[in-house]
Amino acid sequence: MMRLFRFLKPYWKQVALVMVLVLLQAIANLYLPDLNANIINDGVAKGDTGFIMTEGTRMLVVALLLGVVSIVSVYWGARTAMAFGRDLRHEVFHTVQRFSLAELNAFGAPSLITRTTNDVQQMQMLVVMGLNIMVMAPFMAIGGIIMAVRQDAPLSLLIAVVIPLMAIILGFLMRNAMPLFKSMQQRIDRVNQVMREKLTGIRVIRAFVRSDFEERRFDVANRELSETMLGVGRLFAVMMPTVMAIFNLALVATMWFGGLRIDSGAMPIGNLTAFLTYIMQILMSVMMATFMFVMVPRAAASADRINEVLETQPQIADPVEPIVPEVRTGIVEFRDVEFRYPGAEDPVLCGISFTAEPGKTTAIVGSTGSGKSTLINLIPRFYDVTGGHLLVDGVDVRDMTQAELWSRIGFIPQAAFLFSGTVASNLRYGREDATEAELWHALDVAQGKGFVSALDEGLEAPITQGGTNVSGGQRQRLAIARALVKRPEIYVFDDSFSALDFKTDAALRAALADDTADATVIIVAQRVSTIMHADMIVVLDEGRIMGTGTHDELLGCCPTYGEIVRSQLTEEEVA
Amino acid sequence: MSENTTHAPGRTPADGPGSGGSGGPGRGPGPGGPMMGPGGHGLMAGGAKTRDFKGTMKRLGGYLKPEAGKLVAVVLLTTLAVAASVAGPRILGIATNVLFEGVVGSALAERLPEGTTGDQAIEMLQDAAAQLREQGDETGASQAEQLADMLSGMDVVVGTGVDFGLVARWLLILAAVYLLSAAFNWGQGYIMAGITQRTIYGLRRQVDEKLARLPLKYFDDNSRGDTLSRVTNDIDNIAQTLQQQAAQILSSLLTIVGVLGMMFWISPLLAVISLLVIPASVLVAMFIARRSRTQFAAQWEKTGTLNGHVEEMFTGHNVVKVFGRQAEAVEVFDRENEGLYQASFRAQFISSTIQPSLHFLNNLNYVGVAVIGGLKVASGSLSLGDVQAFIQYSRQFNQPIVQTASAANVLQSAAASAERVFELLDAPEEVPETLEPVHLGRAEGHVEFRNVRFSYSADKPLIEDLSLEALPGQTVAIVGPTGAGKTTLVNLLMRFYELQDGGILIDGVDTRDMTRDDLRRTFGMVLQDTWLFKGTIRENLAYGREDATDEEIMSAAHAAHVDHFVRTLADGYDTELNDDSSNISQGQRQLLTIARAFVADPPILILDEATSSVDTRTEALIQQAMARLMQGRTSFVIAHRLSTIREADLILVMNEGAIIEQGTHHELMAADGFYADLYNSQFTEAFDEAS
Repeated sequence: MMRLFRFLKPYWKQVALVMVLVLLQAIANLYLPDLNANIINDGVAKGDTGFIMTEGTRMLVVALLLGVVSIVSVYWGARTAMAFGRDLRHEVFHTVQRFSLAELNAFGAPSLITRTTNDVQQMQMLVVMGLNIMVMAPFMAIGGIIMAVRQDAPLSLLIAVVIPLMAIILGFLMRNAMPLFKSMQQRIDRVNQVMREKLTGIRVIRAFVRSDFEERRFDVANRELSETMLGVGRLFAVMMPTVMAIFNLALVATMWFGGLRIDSGAMPIGNLTAFLTYIMQILMSVMMATFMFVMVPRAAASADRINEVLETQPQIADPVEPIVPEVRTGIVEFRDVEFRYPGAEDPVLCGISFTAEPGKTTAIVGSTGSGKSTLINLIPRFYDVTGGHLLVDGVDVRDMTQAELWSRIGFIPQAAFLFSGTVASNLRYGREDATEAELWHALDVAQGKGFVSALDEGLEAPITQGGTNVSGGQRQRLAIARALVKRPEIYVFDDSFSALDFKTDAALRAALADDTADATVIIVAQRVSTIMHADMIVVLDEGRIMGTGTHDELLGCCPTYGEIVRSQLTEEEVA
Repeated sequence: MSENTTHAPGRTPADGPGSGGSGGPGRGPGPGGPMMGPGGHGLMAGGAKTRDFKGTMKRLGGYLKPEAGKLVAVVLLTTLAVAASVAGPRILGIATNVLFEGVVGSALAERLPEGTTGDQAIEMLQDAAAQLREQGDETGASQAEQLADMLSGMDVVVGTGVDFGLVARWLLILAAVYLLSAAFNWGQGYIMAGITQRTIYGLRRQVDEKLARLPLKYFDDNSRGDTLSRVTNDIDNIAQTLQQQAAQILSSLLTIVGVLGMMFWISPLLAVISLLVIPASVLVAMFIARRSRTQFAAQWEKTGTLNGHVEEMFTGHNVVKVFGRQAEAVEVFDRENEGLYQASFRAQFISSTIQPSLHFLNNLNYVGVAVIGGLKVASGSLSLGDVQAFIQYSRQFNQPIVQTASAANVLQSAAASAERVFELLDAPEEVPETLEPVHLGRAEGHVEFRNVRFSYSADKPLIEDLSLEALPGQTVAIVGPTGAGKTTLVNLLMRFYELQDGGILIDGVDTRDMTRDDLRRTFGMVLQDTWLFKGTIRENLAYGREDATDEEIMSAAHAAHVDHFVRTLADGYDTELNDDSSNISQGQRQLLTIARAFVADPPILILDEATSSVDTRTEALIQQAMARLMQGRTSFVIAHRLSTIREADLILVMNEGAIIEQGTHHELMAADGFYADLYNSQFTEAFDEAS
């Protein structure tokens, strides 16, 4: 947790200022009771209203100053703590932006979202509290101890008994709290997870009449969370009264032992009352620290979660000395590429060598699990090859910056993902300065012109998050148009026609062929009709290339391809 | 000595908590609910503005009704605890006095004969004062008089010393009172934790049950993140408030009342002065709370916006990357982040000014009491001890007032959350189930649409007057361009949405005359969005029928050609599928869905033939499995294959959500309409390839 406080460093001046201000508050707080006492002893007791007025004025001035100092320190404290939170959030978000798919999947997007916002929030609150208490509590405690010892050293031994006792009890409670908090965090995750699944799968649940089952599932998660929270609640129900009781019993003990000492003449009676005041102060500061400690276990859990993100080194990073390719043609070469998932025994891809050339369409076919999607995920470096080389424009993709690489690629994922905004803002994602005419052209090629122009607002029609307000087929066409707007050298279609019917598919490919004439086009597709006209077809099976060539060549020499073609075309032949 | 003696009773421990630190924690962070604290208000917390604070709080209070008995106990325990904590300083004061009297008694023994009673001593002192005054020693005289005054309030016997027995007795009582107070507080907290968690558990459950009764339209119209946030963040926010603030406010208010009572008992005039602090504090607190409320609302709104952005960017991570838009993503994030920073800083700052402000007010009050108290002591209408006690109580006043003010702030946030939860609970529900449902048993599979009229929104009519009939075992093919509206058909058949007019009949029974559960059990769905859950493959396959045996599951998997694949996995049928089942391929997912339909064994099927995202060999397997599944069942097939379409008993041609033509292949071709056109353009290529 302490490591995260480095984010306070840029604000050290403000932190110092707040600390000084809090120190001033502590002094004022120690001084005010003295003024109070003076007013009573020398004013009220003597009926000296003149003295009361002057002392009262002084007291009000001090109180006013205290108020002003408090407000100024609260101002800077809030500024600093919130800035700390802001910077931490920025850092987490920024770190995640650098993650490759492997790291993102390891954490899971929902968990990363929670870490970016809620966990940072916990830390932020700790700083808010801490800035005050960290200075106030020790100062009040030490000041109190010094004063108490000055009043009567032997009686001060009581403090030496009470504070460790308090510490032991607090420590004990804290040790019980920690696992409770951890399990609470997990159970909150569980409630979130079950709920999220319910919301995602609401149609399935209803279709399969599983509402009761789901209700029970949620009930279990709900009950478990409630039980843990009940445990936490009860622990804290014990904590505060216990601290208060020790606090008060310490006073009783002070009275007793103080009385004995006074009676024996070892201590003037006035010192006892002063002593009582100081011991109150010490215990107050311990109480304050207790409040702080209450926050610590949760914040510590959050800090761990944040650190996990910050300390994750993306496996895929830019090289120290990046090479800038001399050309910009879009040639993609696989040179004996091997890929295996971390920890996997067998490689997903092995000995992959082929070259996809500009102006040509390269298709990749193969059965489920043959490694097609993995193969094209290597091109934009979503994953790095574990053997061999993948070259774009003659340079190994690991030797150039990712920005350099991505500027060449138009990637159309299998599940089209749109951002909230408008049709236009989504299309311009590829290139910000694209003109409206260019957008319409891209839509025309992607067979999306018809439905977009039918929308009331046309290009400015709103798109909801994830593009849920347009159909799957429309989503795919918008995603294709988005890539077209970018005008990259390399197009990568990851089975991007799956939600399109035959007619749209055919029309799109025809239009695409014209529009991408100079580009390198790499297509993963299932329909033979989609890929049969490709300049080169790469047939994959179990991560190995079974054959490369044109449709006709492969029919002649590649049994795997023949099998695929036959299985797909039989239906039509029969029909 | 006079300095010390007058000092003594003044410094009772009541001086302690609450009088001192403006830096003291006003609102303890407690057994916190998850993910909250100001601003921890999660995803998509839109407007945190409370429209009807009173109504919302009243309704929230309604949830505590079943706990009425326990609440009475809480009130009782809190009252006792407050009484004990108010009495504590009083008892400590008495003990101090006993100690003090003893000390004074022995001190006086130096000058006065032993055994002199207090009254005798006073007389002597007064005589001495008179003598001193005659001698012109004015200071000495007034000192003696003061001493006499002081003694008049005591029960001193010269030379007896401290009565430690008595001191011990009072201290034991004091210890007992404090321990009792702690016990009461603990009991109160213990019971309150139970009340809170039961209430919150109930609320969460109620929301969950509500979700089951909401029409699908609700889920289609509202963002998932927002609904999720209501279930978790908002409810947790309420939980935290309930746990910490409810008892806190009660105890603060009781303390205020108790202390006020003590003050009135001592001096009504001074009490009235102190009483002025309350309306002033309330005004200040309200002034500040009103401002902080809008800032908190802004803070949550910004948190929502930021969350939305973060969620979107993380979900679309790959797209952001490959389009090189990370810089922009960070830029937008920074902008929202800055907005959140500004709002949360203001909220934090403004709400934090309550404590210093009230603290200052209290000091003002203190001086006022001191001035008037001083005048009254001078005029002899009030004893010094009373003024001191009074001042102690007026300082005790500060803490509960500050706490109540802070709690009022927190209550605002809870009200905003409660409002969001209630909004969900008040959302219009599905049309209620028929009171006398017809039970079909196992349906034959005869499906009839009779003059169906339906649209999602009133201004865009979709299906105007649709009638069709599918006999048991028949296949109905649904054909149309992309986005033609197959979801609509599913929505209607499964009664996810209600018809505007007409009816759908299964075996002659209107679907509205059955329970939704019965209706949906007659359907099996194999759609392209495969809908698997996190859980084992076995659990997923048994999803359609909870009591399915292992043999049934495996034979279904076998029929769906997925048994072999499952067995090749390390954990076989116990392999865990992850959240979006991305650990198995699309084709395998589809096969599992088919197997699941086999297990459920429904009389009517809705199938999605668009198998284009699987490879051809798997597709062949899926095709075989589907054909086997369709045998003997009425099937609605979203068809892409020529053979399926041509062999269908009925073809529904859909375009832009509406069914525009229906008939057999030959009828439709003869009609030479949209279908004929579609057929000619769409399947000629397939013919070319085949030939």
